[in-house]
Amino acid sequence: MAKAVFQLEPLTCPSCIKKIETTLSKADGVESAKVLFNSSKVKAEFDENQTGADQLKEKITKLGYQVLSSKTS
Amino acid sequence: MTALVNKYKKPITALAFVLIAMGFAAGAFNHADIKNILLIFATIFAGVPIVMKAYQAIRMNVFSIELLVTIAVIGALFIGEYTESSIVTFLFLFGDYLEARTLEKTRSSLKELVDMAPQEATVLRDGNRVTIPVEDVTAGDIVVIRSGGKVPVDGKIVSGQASLNEAAVTGESVPSSKKEKDLVFSGTIVDHGYIEILAEKVGDDTTFAKIIELVEEAQENKSKTEKFLNRFAGFYTPAVIVLSILVYLFSRDLHLAITFLVIACPGALVIGAPVSNVAGIGNGAKKGVLVKGGEVMDKFSKVDTIVFDKTGTLTKGKPEVTDIKSFSHYQENELLKLVAQAEMISEHHLGQTIVQEAKARNLSLNHEPKEGKVIKGNGIIARIDGRKIVVGNRKLIKGENILLSKEIESYALERERLGNTAIFAAVDGLIAGVFSIADEIRDDAVEALAEMRRNGIKKMVMLTGDNRHTAEIVAGTLGLDGFHAELLPGDKVRYIHQLKAAGHIVAMAGDGINDAPAIATADIGLAMGEGGTDISMETADVVLMADKLMQLSHAYSLSKATIRNMKQNTFFAVFTVFVLLLGVLNGSVHLASGMFIHEASVLLVILNGMRLIKFNQKNTVNVGKYKEQMPTSSIHEV
Repeated sequence: MAKAVFQLEPLTCPSCIKKIETTLSKADGVESAKVLFNSSKVKAEFDENQTGADQLKEKITKLGYQVLSSKTS
Repeated sequence: MTALVNKYKKPITALAFVLIAMGFAAGAFNHADIKNILLIFATIFAGVPIVMKAYQAIRMNVFSIELLVTIAVIGALFIGEYTESSIVTFLFLFGDYLEARTLEKTRSSLKELVDMAPQEATVLRDGNRVTIPVEDVTAGDIVVIRSGGKVPVDGKIVSGQASLNEAAVTGESVPSSKKEKDLVFSGTIVDHGYIEILAEKVGDDTTFAKIIELVEEAQENKSKTEKFLNRFAGFYTPAVIVLSILVYLFSRDLHLAITFLVIACPGALVIGAPVSNVAGIGNGAKKGVLVKGGEVMDKFSKVDTIVFDKTGTLTKGKPEVTDIKSFSHYQENELLKLVAQAEMISEHHLGQTIVQEAKARNLSLNHEPKEGKVIKGNGIIARIDGRKIVVGNRKLIKGENILLSKEIESYALERERLGNTAIFAAVDGLIAGVFSIADEIRDDAVEALAEMRRNGIKKMVMLTGDNRHTAEIVAGTLGLDGFHAELLPGDKVRYIHQLKAAGHIVAMAGDGINDAPAIATADIGLAMGEGGTDISMETADVVLMADKLMQLSHAYSLSKATIRNMKQNTFFAVFTVFVLLLGVLNGSVHLASGMFIHEASVLLVILNGMRLIKFNQKNTVNVGKYKEQMPTSSIHEV
């Protein structure tokens, strides 16, 4: 199980949270996804055999949120 | 596409404004057609980002405010109200922009903290000094920090000394001086001096990184009010759509129905409570007070009873040997040496105090204790050089059937009346001497307690494992409502249960590990943790990083201010929506002016929340004259 933290551009609408969380949790191999609204971060736990941080980053970007940096551990 | 639109949101807003202005200018010169065309273009431009967001949200089954606005704008275009449609879209985008700007400010305290994180480190590799990114430092590296440099990792000083500004971790900006073997924390700054440290915790494991993580999570942790409002908003938005359809069906007035739709947006209601919380938690974090979330804020503000541990909480927790009295043929130093050797096995701070004292007097502690046994809460028994040593409190001495003569007993009582902890040392079944150990009351205790009482704490009680006399002196000096002495950790838990059962909302302040059960039992657990131990940071609801009682007082008034602020925001938002709806129904509020008031109310609640960032306790009357340095003392186990 790997963990990734993405720093997004400042989030402003509370509905963004649900949007990002639902999309990521539906993705294959994603165990959990949590949006930290006030620090504009997304924390995701995923199975590294099924998906990767880059794929998740792409999904977030597609939703319309720019990913400023990401950190995997 | 989405990213593109988001990127150009500001120019789009500006363009819409220009088009609207031109439209009105054209209107003034009686060019009604041109005016309408310009306003329609303004509506379309400003409408794109809104429609897009509404669409994305509806795809995720979320009813958003954008959806309400989209429906309203389409309706307005349909009935030919171009002025209103353009102004509503423009105001919505402009409000969004202002919201983002001001929200950023409420989050600024946390950002300032994050910005304090060090970026690079100078480490010794193969005898050379190399500067590397902070992520590449590994535990075991020797890191060099000069004057003005930031400590990049948590570690122990191996050489040099320095005075450090630890504000990033403790919120306390008075520099503290550190020397060899002292711990330093990531994010703190070397004021002057030079140190080399051995890296112990790096990356996400540093105290500083943990603080940031705790605060980030705390800001997400919603209070009951917030959770309720979120659920409410979930029902509210679709309900508004239904209601406005009903309004249309009854009045047959599309204009009225559309206005109703826009005005009923729950904007200020949804954002009001979180904004107060984020700003309040941010304020605390910058001052070295970690409050774990909105729920904790809420409960803390309702606390009316505080229970304190004594040692390390009301007192400095750094006891010193104040006297050694021999009742045998042993010289003072001889006795100290013997007892200190036995105490080598004790991890209790009173035992450590005796060992320290022996070291300070340059006594060589070369005999290892044999058959050493720690009797928790009472003392130790060990064999040194063939002699049986028993060191501890009365309970231990009596339990071992050692005779306490009247002379010794009255001497010990006398010492205890002066605020010491008396520790009996027996050699081979006979009392050899009595050690007096004392711990001073914290400098800011009197002032902090007086301030909390003024702010609404009705009852302050001290619980301690220490003896009655010492407890009485501390309680008397601080003007507490009561104290209970000679307690074990389990007794403290029981007492807190009793207080809770009697209807009090109880906060328990302790200094970490031994108070952990009581801290967990109380409604609000407060941990005093200098630099923050992992355990205290995790179990407590509120962590005081600088280990100061004034921070506790600040946290209490901050929680009250935060909850007050949240109530103001909620009340204001409900009031605004109510008045607007009334205005719509009697025809005095129109679409554009309603939107304006609505956006203004959102900004007002954010601005109100921002006041909390600057929140500082009002300066209080100086009660420093009571600040006599009373020696006091501590728990039984020696």
